[in-house]
Amino acid sequence: MAKVPVQFTLNGSEKAEFIESGTTLLHVLRDKIGDTSPKGGCHQGTCGACSVIIDGELRLSCLTLAETCNGADIRTTAGLAEGGVLHPLQRAFLDAFATQCGFCTPGMIMAAKALLDRTPNPSRDDAVEALSGNICRCTGYEPIIQAVLTAARANSQNAA
Amino acid sequence: MELRKDYFADVRKDDLHEIGQPRPRLDSPGHVTGKTAYFADRNFPGMLHLKMVRSPHHHARIRSIDTSEAEKHPGVVRVLTAKDVPHNVYTILILIQIGPEDETVLADGKLRWKGEAVVAVLAETERAAQEAAAKVKVDYEVLRAVFDMEEALKPGAPIVNEYHGRNYYLYDSGECRKVRFGDVEAGFAEADHILEQSYQSSPIEHAPTETTGCVVAPEGNDRFTCYTNTQAMFFTLDNTSIILQMPGSKLHFVGGTVGGGFGGKVDVIVEPIAILAAKLTGRPVSFIYSREEEMQISSPRAAERVVIKDGVMKDGRIVARKVTGYTDAGAYSRHSPYGAQKGAAHYPGPYTIPNVWIDTYCVYTNRTPSSAMRGFGVTIGDFALEVQMDKLARLIGMDPLEFRFINAYRDGDMKAHRQPTEGAALIECMQEASRAANWPVAEKYMAMSSYRKGA
Repeated sequence: MAKVPVQFTLNGSEKAEFIESGTTLLHVLRDKIGDTSPKGGCHQGTCGACSVIIDGELRLSCLTLAETCNGADIRTTAGLAEGGVLHPLQRAFLDAFATQCGFCTPGMIMAAKALLDRTPNPSRDDAVEALSGNICRCTGYEPIIQAVLTAARANSQNAA
Repeated sequence: MELRKDYFADVRKDDLHEIGQPRPRLDSPGHVTGKTAYFADRNFPGMLHLKMVRSPHHHARIRSIDTSEAEKHPGVVRVLTAKDVPHNVYTILILIQIGPEDETVLADGKLRWKGEAVVAVLAETERAAQEAAAKVKVDYEVLRAVFDMEEALKPGAPIVNEYHGRNYYLYDSGECRKVRFGDVEAGFAEADHILEQSYQSSPIEHAPTETTGCVVAPEGNDRFTCYTNTQAMFFTLDNTSIILQMPGSKLHFVGGTVGGGFGGKVDVIVEPIAILAAKLTGRPVSFIYSREEEMQISSPRAAERVVIKDGVMKDGRIVARKVTGYTDAGAYSRHSPYGAQKGAAHYPGPYTIPNVWIDTYCVYTNRTPSSAMRGFGVTIGDFALEVQMDKLARLIGMDPLEFRFINAYRDGDMKAHRQPTEGAALIECMQEASRAANWPVAEKYMAMSSYRKGA
């Protein structure tokens, strides 16, 4: 089958691959580029484990065709820490006991980051709404919501 | 968090320095940075994808299987049927002598539940494997199926599993696990009231976010490394060794990181066939359940039916309890004979009852095989028992919490399965619950202790 070139920026570094037309971004990120932080939980857009940020928007990489991402800026949880220093969201998830099996965590963190990028001081309802597309089977969600609100407070204190 | 130190003050050390303190999870740094390696994060050049052809019927005989069209499909490397599996009939608990072997890795002659694995297809891509699987032709003779446990136990019901020859697991105690303690009929004769109720539950799926699967890499020295999300590493290793007739020294299992298990990943299902596929093709193999397979094919918690008959006195004492429990194993044993047995030991609940009679049956039906899930064998029983306790309290017009104090087991009490009670703390838990929930009980109950005087 003829291959299609695709080129984008992943966590600030340029990537180029030849892919089969119809390949999902999740597959390209995980199996071709080797960023396995987005997870495949359902491959049908219902669990949120594959969430990434494309050009500032939260997207489900299992439903995104890679060839639509030409020239895009793609962000994943693997690229969130800078110089070995955890992002406030990562720190907050760690401190708030917001991970158990960890499989949903990278997607949760991406959903939370998309929220804080557009709403730096979210209400609890904002946080619940922002995480509503991400399924966690272990924590019962409460520690995750608390982690997002804690990270938002840490961000606003740093900005002040 | 408040730590109450007045309970068991004489037996407790006061140098606790972990409880009540936040402690970081060791695995969290990997989780929040996306670095934790789950089995599916392993990718090998030339990896093949395995897809299963599954039974569309609940109960059927296989007249013939034609894989010729599937084998010709572009990208297909190998198609596996029952004859390729060295020791095709197995059962997980054979490792602890709980037989007979009753389940096929790939169906041979007969299918016993809708979704059972029949043929495995290996292809260069997931898509090619899926397309080729759809081209496998199986000629089925559909058989009468049975889905209800009590129907399955009636004479004339279709036999689900010939390896058992009857629709229940035969324990060394007979057709069910039995607990006999005191004289239950004398207890009922003495009772002021008798209450008999039935409780039942549906199968429950664990629905982990990460689906069941494994990735296998042949190592070149005739060894195979299997990256798996099993919750039962050594059960899987040893059963794979039996199924593939391979010494354990040829098998290297890597696991321990599970994206949600809840008991749903203790069966030995994906690893043996994936390792066999890697052996026969010489290629790495990935076998990962789709979300649909996770929901429909992986073992759920068993459906249960619990019939409880209690004799109770006006003063609140339960004097007799008779329980008949049914565990729906589905078509195969897996862990269900053990689950039903656990129920037998558990049914008196945390209460001291002088006359107890318990029968628990592990029943075979043409439903998805059930297996472990968080406290399987006792969780549904606890639901039934505690609803029953509330009903009994209402029947005699007593406060439900005070009713439980009267019957709570205490140190030294003999349990129905003849283990003396040790280290009981039910009284103290209920006292604290009474305070925390602001559900006051009479002072005499607040003065009780799990220690009996002189015990």
